[in-house]
Amino acid sequence: MSTVTAAETTTTDRSLPVVLKVEGLNVDLRTPRGTVRAVDNVGFEARAGQTLALLGESGCGKSMTAKAVAGLLDPIADVDGGEILLNGTDLARLSPKQRRKFAGPELGIVFQDALTVLNPVYPVGTQLGEAFRIHHGLSAKQAKEKAVDLMRRVGIPEPEARVNAYPHQFSGGMRQRILIAMAVALNPKLLIADEPTTALDVTVQAQIMALLKSLREESDMAVVLITHDLAVVAEEADTVAVMYAGNVVETGPVADVFAGPRHPYTKGLLESVPVNAERGAELNSIPGSPPELHKIPSGCVYQDRCPLVQEICRAERPKLLPVVPKAPAAADGATPRAAACHFSEELDK
Amino acid sequence: MLTYLRKRILSSALPLVVVIVGVFALARLTGNPATLYLPLNATEQMRADFTARMGLDQPLLVQMADYFGGVLKLDFGESLRTGESAAAMALRAFPATLQLAATTMVLAIILAVIVGCWAALKPNGVADRISSFVSMAAASIPDFWLAIVGIWIFAITLGWLPTSGVNGSEAWVLPIATLLLRPFGVLVQIVRGAMVSALSEPYIKLARSKGAGDVRIVTHHALRNAAAPALTVAGDLTVGLVNGAVVVETIFGWPGIGKLMIDSILQRDFAVLQAAVLLTAVAIFVLNILIDLGYALLDARVRPATVKA
Amino acid sequence: MATPLVQPGHQPPTSDALPEPAAVPPLEPPAAEAAEAADKRPGLFRLLLRDKFATAAAAVLLLVGLTAVFGPALMGDLATKQNLLFANKAPFNPANGWEYFLGSDSLGRSVLARLVIATRTTVAVALPAVAIALVVGSLWGVWAGYHRGWRETVSMRVADVIMSFPSLLLAVVVLYVFNPSIANIVLILALTRIPIYLRTARAESAELQSRTFVDAARTFGAKPNAIIGRHVVPIVLPTLLTLATLEFCYVMLAESSLSFLGIGIQPPDVSWGLMVSQGRQYLQTAWWLSIFPGLAIVVTTIAANMLAAWLRIATDPAQRWRLALPRKRLIARIPAKTVEGDK
Repeated sequence: MSTVTAAETTTTDRSLPVVLKVEGLNVDLRTPRGTVRAVDNVGFEARAGQTLALLGESGCGKSMTAKAVAGLLDPIADVDGGEILLNGTDLARLSPKQRRKFAGPELGIVFQDALTVLNPVYPVGTQLGEAFRIHHGLSAKQAKEKAVDLMRRVGIPEPEARVNAYPHQFSGGMRQRILIAMAVALNPKLLIADEPTTALDVTVQAQIMALLKSLREESDMAVVLITHDLAVVAEEADTVAVMYAGNVVETGPVADVFAGPRHPYTKGLLESVPVNAERGAELNSIPGSPPELHKIPSGCVYQDRCPLVQEICRAERPKLLPVVPKAPAAADGATPRAAACHFSEELDK
Repeated sequence: MLTYLRKRILSSALPLVVVIVGVFALARLTGNPATLYLPLNATEQMRADFTARMGLDQPLLVQMADYFGGVLKLDFGESLRTGESAAAMALRAFPATLQLAATTMVLAIILAVIVGCWAALKPNGVADRISSFVSMAAASIPDFWLAIVGIWIFAITLGWLPTSGVNGSEAWVLPIATLLLRPFGVLVQIVRGAMVSALSEPYIKLARSKGAGDVRIVTHHALRNAAAPALTVAGDLTVGLVNGAVVVETIFGWPGIGKLMIDSILQRDFAVLQAAVLLTAVAIFVLNILIDLGYALLDARVRPATVKA
Repeated sequence: MATPLVQPGHQPPTSDALPEPAAVPPLEPPAAEAAEAADKRPGLFRLLLRDKFATAAAAVLLLVGLTAVFGPALMGDLATKQNLLFANKAPFNPANGWEYFLGSDSLGRSVLARLVIATRTTVAVALPAVAIALVVGSLWGVWAGYHRGWRETVSMRVADVIMSFPSLLLAVVVLYVFNPSIANIVLILALTRIPIYLRTARAESAELQSRTFVDAARTFGAKPNAIIGRHVVPIVLPTLLTLATLEFCYVMLAESSLSFLGIGIQPPDVSWGLMVSQGRQYLQTAWWLSIFPGLAIVVTTIAANMLAAWLRIATDPAQRWRLALPRKRLIARIPAKTVEGDK
């Protein structure tokens, strides 16, 4: 029984243009135990003005997917096939030099840990202005003015004074705003936010998510939100792609997926939220833990923890197939749902 | 910044004092110099007169008091060998060493930064492996042997360069090349290591996400952060350069302070030894202050704290 | 100069993609791959063999060690026997017999034999010096870093003082006063190197103080020495051992310099540095007298440097994985069989 309800105002309009389309993306990882596949045949879409959430546990590959899209994989990881279409251009086919032209004006990424990601030896203003100096060739003075504007745009008080301060002189929430400012500096079409609020207090979280939303609305950006927090997904995202062990197991509009999950993993996640738990009753959880990357089973990746597991699950890995909603009340323009489970029909009550 | 400077100077003063006193004590332990400067058939009376005249028969504490008084007046006494003012001899010899050391260090740093950055761009790539081996070899070759080999090849066999002396710019080549190799080798490894570390830091990813190219990443982002460990080691190496200078100056007959110190030890010339050592210690002390200032300039976190936002 | 030399970081690898160990092992599915053998992480020795350079370096050092121990017995009196018939022979001439393969000096002594004897002397000076400095400096540093406060400050000041004085000069002066016996040389070399270990050990120890597990141990009432011995030392040890390998080079070079200047090993003892010095006047006529001993120093030092570089990575658990990575060309992916193939 799903106890998380999505916000009322999410839109699932199919007429919005697709900004990012990922298809068949594979990422290999070289480890001391051999080469493993960390991201397997992943595909999803993000539309302008909407937020797509990549939801999953730690280690499920969502961060690595984001890095692959942004072209920021570590040297031990390699993309091994797939398409990354940003407004039609396949980023995966570009050379690093060509790709660099996209970073900033077309694609922005907000990292997770603001303190380590900011260069400690330069003032914040210099770092904010950097994108302008690289892509628009502005002088240091002009870039600084832009930096002040940016700081104002994301709600940092007294920007003229603070523009010369160093990262370590800001609080956590402020630093995150700075990161967001850097990512949206050149008004990119796509913004990837990698767990932007994980390291922050709940109250600050709300402010940051609100900021992201308003920025999104200002410039009609597509936002890809990486998170493991169901509440954040429910509140902020329009569509969701649930990931497990490097695979996408379910996609669809948040409201529909959370109301009626079609994959046992999604169902298990939703049931684990202790919102309506009663005192004394045992908390629900999914038994076991995700498989190690070099021990991912052939067949369905979820087989070892799934309550519905059968022989077919062990033999054949289910493909991500469209789910036909029982109640065709879903509007014609709605985003289609899909699930990778042999028994997704059974889950529809 | 001035208070920071003052604090650093004060805290560095102690080692300086200890060095001065230490040298005084050790120099006295090399035996009574009277035996070295008087003919073998000198009478007891002559020895006694000599000892009294040089003030070497006073209790040690009195000698030390005299000595400190002299230090403050920049008077180290006269050379027992030539009668010249010890301070003058030391000061005359110092510039030669300073020129040698400064040129060497500057060249070493520039070359090491270039090679180190180039190697760090692709860790374990071809460039990295080559530079790693070369720098390791450079740091492993004993300077005296290298000098000898250099002389053998370039001076004796090929006759391109002189074997000793300070005349003309050719005379600089072998001494600098010899002195340069070890600091260069060590610095390349440090720079490369620090750059690889800096390049794998998260803020490099951030810069890449803004579209920064290789050149900007290396020069603007990574180098600034890699400079600190390189600076520390450069400072240590400069102290080591004094060691190297002693050997190199001896082999090439370079009239620097290293040669002066060795000569004065072998000839039991107290005054000159003390003057030379003190001058070297002060130079190192000033260098350390400069390095600390360099740190503070490079990295804002090290500076005395300003109000946190 | 308050900051110590570059320390290896204890940060985890920057990539967040390393597989996390599963708390509960997953149920073994019937279609399991036979990849269990690949589960074993390579041990230290196997790790060494993977790196050809490090293995070669270790082999060289082993050879040096063996020569130092057994060489003189094998050489007999070749090193000291004067044979004027064979004076000043050039090397690489098989006609002179294997003893003179590296040439001979003006007294007809075999350079090869002298090199072997010198190996023992050089190692006999370098190893104890390094060992003494390592033990004294490290214990002192760990103690100072643990207790902080005035103990730390005073220790650092002492280290500064020793380091601010050019070591060669200190050694020369001291050895001029007291006779340059092997014991004295060892002691003075050890003294000048103690600050390195002192600083490094103190820095690591002090940094560990802020770690939670040390606080935890204190909460349990563990005594300082127990904490130091059980928690601090094992973490600091790899860094120190790597440092010691590097220091071996430095001490060897220092002894060579001293012997070269005439203040180190004295005749009739022989060390590599002394041989170089003795050969200097014959540079034009008998170049091999200076060149070969120098080469011995160079090769040994390079080997120690290489091994130290490898050790630095291998002994740091956070970095060791770099050495075990498969090469980019040989992709042997653990197969996950999908019946219908990838989309």
